[in-house]
Amino acid sequence: MKHFEGLPREIIALRVAHEIKDNSYVNLGIGIPTLVSNWLEGRDVILQSEIGMLKTGPLAEGKQVDLDLINASSQPVTEIPGTAYFDICESFGMIRGGYMDVTVMGAFQVNEKGDFASWFNPSRGLDGIGNIGGSMDLAIGAKQLFIAMEHTTNEGKPKIVRNLTYPATAKAKVDLIFTDLAVINVTPEGLLLKEIYPGLTPKDVQSVTEPILLIAKDLKEIEL
Amino acid sequence: MNKVVSDVEQAIADIEDGATIAIGGFFAAGVPRTLLRALIAKGTKNLTLACGSGPLLGAVNELNALVKNRQIKKVIDSYGLFRSATKGKQDAFEQEVRTGEIELEIYPMGTLSEKYRAAGTGIPAFFTPVGAGSLVEEATLTNIGVNRKKRETRVIDGRTCLLEYALKPDYAFVHAWKGDPEGNLRYRKTARNFNHVMAMAAGITIAEVEHLVEPGDLDPDAVHTPGIFVQRVVNVPRFDFTITDL
Repeated sequence: MKHFEGLPREIIALRVAHEIKDNSYVNLGIGIPTLVSNWLEGRDVILQSEIGMLKTGPLAEGKQVDLDLINASSQPVTEIPGTAYFDICESFGMIRGGYMDVTVMGAFQVNEKGDFASWFNPSRGLDGIGNIGGSMDLAIGAKQLFIAMEHTTNEGKPKIVRNLTYPATAKAKVDLIFTDLAVINVTPEGLLLKEIYPGLTPKDVQSVTEPILLIAKDLKEIEL
Repeated sequence: MNKVVSDVEQAIADIEDGATIAIGGFFAAGVPRTLLRALIAKGTKNLTLACGSGPLLGAVNELNALVKNRQIKKVIDSYGLFRSATKGKQDAFEQEVRTGEIELEIYPMGTLSEKYRAAGTGIPAFFTPVGAGSLVEEATLTNIGVNRKKRETRVIDGRTCLLEYALKPDYAFVHAWKGDPEGNLRYRKTARNFNHVMAMAAGITIAEVEHLVEPGDLDPDAVHTPGIFVQRVVNVPRFDFTITDL
């Protein structure tokens, strides 16, 4: 399998941050999505944490750590002016009820129909039980669902696939895929390659992507 | 009314083997650690612990003791295993799940929170689109094969929805920041999480409170859980713990 050097994880997160409009309510999942928050400071974007918090502040350090204040990834965080707390049913009411403008999640696999797999890794060998957490609720409820992930596995296998071989989190929900190599739009016609890592050709990206990519007329280098 | 009991031992004295107990908390935040410790000391067996999002990972010392004492029959959760597979391999609970000694039943988090709310609000079952098209739609997600029941679905407004039933625990252990003798509770920051809805859901709710205050000391406008949902209140010290890395 080929391997191309692309954007570091932090910079994938930066590209995602550019796609998030001001005045948005956003939920960020674990992994690269968490890094997006580093690029949203000073922006008029409100982060929701499914534990029951709106307007989540930066990670807490040292004396700031409060044992009653963590995010949904169990990291100590801070509150900022405008923070609100609420119980879990209200939190998932917001999520399922369609109030999240953007949800950003990581994934093991995505296909051209916008199905994705993120919650269960068969190699762990637990026969179909794993940590779902809030992932399925978040996927169903998001107005826009972004996936931020590496383009291939550590072994160089495509993560953008024809058919999911991992159990799905949700079907036909993904809008945009951000990887170290490309920005890809999920459209009814198929996967549309919109932006590409400088120096790569569409053929290069296709060689590590299973479904046939449509090439945008205005294909450009990844905008940072 | 005065629902105050003098200590955690007395608060849980009537819990029998085989009980289903809801455990509040979301990872490390808002876990009723003192009540869990009392349960470990009491040694009650064959327990079903109905969780929301990994409170037993957040209180991993207590989890390890419960596993070691073989007190757990089943855990219901949305996130019951360590995120790190390496950590999971070393985790006593995960090993028991792998061998089938302990049953682990998994739901999407929002569905699980709504199962508690349904129990607390007199709704026997509800339909949700969450989980459609996933393994959740096919059957109950559990490591015990015979308990994988096929799910009912219905297409509502063009979307496949799954029928989910209310989940009514015998008891709930909840952790609150402040409570009064009437059972009115107030939580702090993200330690609220599942505690309120579990207090609503359970037959008998036992609240451990860091500050037991006099009636009238809680601003009536600032009560999170009205006392009608709480049967016992016990004052506990604030617990110093390490926030678990998942």
